Amino acid sequence: MAETESEGATDSELTMSRAMVDAIATELRENDDVFVMGEDVADYGGIFDSTEGLLEEFGREKIMDVPISETGFIGAAVGAAQAGMRPIAELMFADFFGVGMDQIYNQMAKNTYMSGAAVNVPMVLMTAVGGTYNDAAQHSQTLYGTFAHLPGMKVVVPSTAADAKGLMHTAIRDDDPVVYMFHKRLMGIGWMPAPEGPKTPVPEDDYTIEFGEADRKREGEDVTVVTLGLHVHRALEAADELAGESDLEVIDLRTLVPLDTEAVLESVRKTGRLVVVDEDYHSFGVSGEIVARATEGALDDLSAVRRVTMPDAPIPYARPLEQEVNPGTEDIVKAVRDIHD
Amino acid sequence: MYEWMVTARNYEERLQEEYLEGKQPAFDISAGPIPGELHLAAGQEAAAAGVCAHLRDADTVTAPHRPHHVAIAKGVDLKRMTAEIFGRQTGLSKGKGGHMHLFDPDVNFACSGIIAEGCPPAVGAALAAKKRGEDSVAVAYLGEGAISQGGFLESLNLASVHDLPVVFVIEDNDWAISMPKDRVTDVENGAQRAGGFDLPGRRVDQDDAVAVYEAADEAVGRARDGNGPTLLEVQVHRRMGHFMGDAQGYRPDTDEEQAKQRDSITRMETTLESAGIDESTIEELRDRSHDRVEEAIEWAKDQPEPEPDEAYEDVFADPPAGWTPAPESTTAEQTGGDD
Repeated sequence: MAETESEGATDSELTMSRAMVDAIATELRENDDVFVMGEDVADYGGIFDSTEGLLEEFGREKIMDVPISETGFIGAAVGAAQAGMRPIAELMFADFFGVGMDQIYNQMAKNTYMSGAAVNVPMVLMTAVGGTYNDAAQHSQTLYGTFAHLPGMKVVVPSTAADAKGLMHTAIRDDDPVVYMFHKRLMGIGWMPAPEGPKTPVPEDDYTIEFGEADRKREGEDVTVVTLGLHVHRALEAADELAGESDLEVIDLRTLVPLDTEAVLESVRKTGRLVVVDEDYHSFGVSGEIVARATEGALDDLSAVRRVTMPDAPIPYARPLEQEVNPGTEDIVKAVRDIHD
Repeated sequence: MYEWMVTARNYEERLQEEYLEGKQPAFDISAGPIPGELHLAAGQEAAAAGVCAHLRDADTVTAPHRPHHVAIAKGVDLKRMTAEIFGRQTGLSKGKGGHMHLFDPDVNFACSGIIAEGCPPAVGAALAAKKRGEDSVAVAYLGEGAISQGGFLESLNLASVHDLPVVFVIEDNDWAISMPKDRVTDVENGAQRAGGFDLPGRRVDQDDAVAVYEAADEAVGRARDGNGPTLLEVQVHRRMGHFMGDAQGYRPDTDEEQAKQRDSITRMETTLESAGIDESTIEELRDRSHDRVEEAIEWAKDQPEPEPDEAYEDVFADPPAGWTPAPESTTAEQTGGDD
């Protein structure tokens, strides 16, 4: 498990989107096989700024706007990857995966295996996840579990600019398909203010973060909170709120496939209490998986477990309804108090 | 038709004002009385009015994420639609759907926020009508950016193979968010897609509601008479950004200006005047639509917000016994070690 380093304080602070774009730009400069394709990635720069400014430097051959046709262009990225290139395809919202899912889970994810590794698929599928801005059931899902459940894809979920950059470099250089899921609320876009936290100092030189290394974003003794994406910041807020009452350790998974089980076990062996916070649906997802691994590996050390998740209901539109279902800082505080009073 | 068009325009202008409240000077999508994204259809009214004028309540319409003008022309309950957009309990979907997901079964209207995904359900409604021997028809609206999408192309084929009473209406506003039409397709227009499926394809080059009405008369009539589907394309204009808050940095100023000049509502007024309708009648229609819009907005704003617990209702029409969205049992304490 990695520890958050503070020595990067001299590096300039970047938004998460800027950090991602920096990594993509560096890879585009260094490797002719890298290119970007997706809806509104060129002139618009990505609806959530994930490709902001790339068109100006790299032109339309490298930064390709495509017709709205997810099956077509995600499948084309698979084909180009199998031909030895390194495409980065953007699925504008994770919610839209249904339109092109066959290409994602039957081709992108499985071709390496089905071919006996005769071919491999070195591509990145970037996609925006998450709610908090009342965009309702077709534009607010997180769906970490769906992608992590299907074998053959590595799944990355950054929570800070520094992580976003290192993980993007690793993703593009990886020889397997990587699903890179970024939370809209963390990107630092003008019309959707980010919470404190995702904007961090980012080293100027390129660096990679190994997949499968969770990050202990806060060290604590009493309760382990395992989470990812936006909810890393909500967990840290909860930790501040509970200071003096309960000492939280916050583990940011950073990648779901591979999953740093050891980081979770090491922490729960120390604290004995586990809270999993996940913006994805409650059942059959990340929270169940983490609890299962914790109980398989550290049952004797555990005294209590809680899950703070999105309930098994489509995400509603009206503000009081969405606030009710989206796990908030107060829900984390309450879960911690439930098991540590 | 003119009244629907002017109601839609008024309505969206008022929604825009309400939407921007609390979001200025710095635009924050999650602030203000109307939550979420808002996609306005100003400039597209002719496509709604000209087609829906031929429809009855029993006919089905599916609209995309930019639905208000079509909903108004189809006769969706304006008050409850407005309450839905404001996220209120008495909204069409009890505050669960929002502006991209309006459902009004009283007039068989539905919409979806996923591009082209309203096409297959329209085919399904047409299939149901055919199986039941009813003469109702289905109309699927989509944008020109959606014409490359599998859901649309598969729907054309299915409707054609089974001679289903469905009319596909492409609203060509020239822009798919930041993508101009010439980068979406290499053919001149979307109506040409029909050729590949052996069904009639017709394009109305101007956003003239009367010309749309005439073209739709033939298409809807063909469907109602059991003669199968038609693909109809209407040139409309996007006067606004893709969504509220879209700075449109990708769009030439001249294009936006042109879109505003080619105003289907002004065109319709000219048509009415040349047909001998006097100014006071037009004024009266305008006033009536204005009053109706104000009444809907005032009513909607007075409606209560949903109670938080209502988020857990309506997941199923018939909830399985014992089902809860986040079972209490999973939060029960586990024991196995020292506390």
